[in-house]
Amino acid sequence: MSDNNTNHQTGTLRLKTGLAEMLKGGVIMDVVTAEQAKIAEDAGATSVMALERVPADIRAEGGVSRMSSIEKLREIMEVTSIPVMAKVRIGHFAEAQMLQALGVDYVDESEVLTPADEHYHIDKLAFEVPFVCGCRNLGEALRRIGEGAAMIRTKGEAGSGNIVEAVRHMRTVTDEMRRLTTLRPEQLMAAAKDLGAPYELVQWVAQNGKLPVPNFAAGGVATPADASLMMQLGAEAVFVGSGIFKSGDPAIRAKAIVEATTHYEDPDVLIRVSENLGEAMVGINIDTLDEKDKLQTRGW
Amino acid sequence: MIGILGLQGDYAAHGKMLDALNTPNRVVKKTEQLAEIDGLIFPGGESTTLIKLMDAWDWWQPLTDFAAKKPVFGTCAGMILVAKSVANPPQKSLDLIDIDVERNGYGRQIDSFEDTGAFRPDGQTRAMPMMFIRAPRIARLGEGVEALAECRGDVVMARQGKVLVASFHPELTDDLGVHRYFAEMVGV
Repeated sequence: MSDNNTNHQTGTLRLKTGLAEMLKGGVIMDVVTAEQAKIAEDAGATSVMALERVPADIRAEGGVSRMSSIEKLREIMEVTSIPVMAKVRIGHFAEAQMLQALGVDYVDESEVLTPADEHYHIDKLAFEVPFVCGCRNLGEALRRIGEGAAMIRTKGEAGSGNIVEAVRHMRTVTDEMRRLTTLRPEQLMAAAKDLGAPYELVQWVAQNGKLPVPNFAAGGVATPADASLMMQLGAEAVFVGSGIFKSGDPAIRAKAIVEATTHYEDPDVLIRVSENLGEAMVGINIDTLDEKDKLQTRGW
Repeated sequence: MIGILGLQGDYAAHGKMLDALNTPNRVVKKTEQLAEIDGLIFPGGESTTLIKLMDAWDWWQPLTDFAAKKPVFGTCAGMILVAKSVANPPQKSLDLIDIDVERNGYGRQIDSFEDTGAFRPDGQTRAMPMMFIRAPRIARLGEGVEALAECRGDVVMARQGKVLVASFHPELTDDLGVHRYFAEMVGV
């Protein structure tokens, strides 16, 4: 954006990652309606993620799942004072352009929705609105960052209520980063080739031992203990999808997961917030899930 | 020792700034830890989340008592927490400094901006890079509140006695000036 003052800038990478910095140590909750958004905000969510249906329902009902309707998005933005994120289909840059024009605060180019493009993800550098993208490993994380993502989250297995895949993805990213820090400079180009990742980003990770953007957990978080586990494994914040609004008492569970994310290293707090939570969502054993039914294999 | 309130937000970024100044610092997550520090930073984050966590673990009175004796510094969401009154929407606050603030006073994320502001802690003005992220705007400055920085015609940093506030994020730039100023207020 131009201005009389040439130092005035919007949409810079550090403004994009800056908002993610503000979300650290907090919980971002999937919501479908304005009513759910209000429950999430009142429970202490740092942000809400708008989508057409929560992953557990997408899994159960099938069909094509898309960006939220404009009416729903407007209602959610109206009712909350916290940042509003919204999901778009992988590669669907027209949906993303609409969300940017609507004033949504973060766009999630998400495998949870039905992909719009089987070859290409969105050119996220072309946008002023920041993007978050999912990953299963370091190569995938760095490809998305190369395209302009300002925040990375694990894919996990959305709508499963099972934390095992998020753990696998977080551990994989962490292990691969640690390995890069042990390599000599002449080994980094080969590592970039093996990871399928931009060389400059591989160099950066080798020098710094972490991702150049915030690294959050998502996909299967259903309990306060799950949130604590992901934070202890190195996540800087937590996304909760179906885990809240598919549970017996969403408001109480949401608040418990918020408190567990703050005090993730304190088992006494985890006990206190985990008591009398009501029913957790019914989970799915990953082994019983057909490869074609896994959401995490969407995108590359 | 400077404490950084570690309930939620970018507390780690403040720690890095203080580390760069060789100023001892620690994250504070429990009220009893307030006894171990000489000054407290309220970091950026989401003010509604911070309020819920302060309610859940009875932070209000201990923080009020702490600020009566020792310096505090609130950035962005932290400024909202220590202000006298808050609008858009109205919400409770600690009322430690006589300013009124408007949440998201510059708009949504798409309106978040970087600019060069004027920092004048001791009568001398110098340019400072500033980042405003869904930032609150200082809508009213009470008598006895000193303006310490301006950007685009607005006061963006102010002090009243032992309370310092900024609507921008000095912890996200490389400029250590604001943290050095607060460390001097604390006397560490």
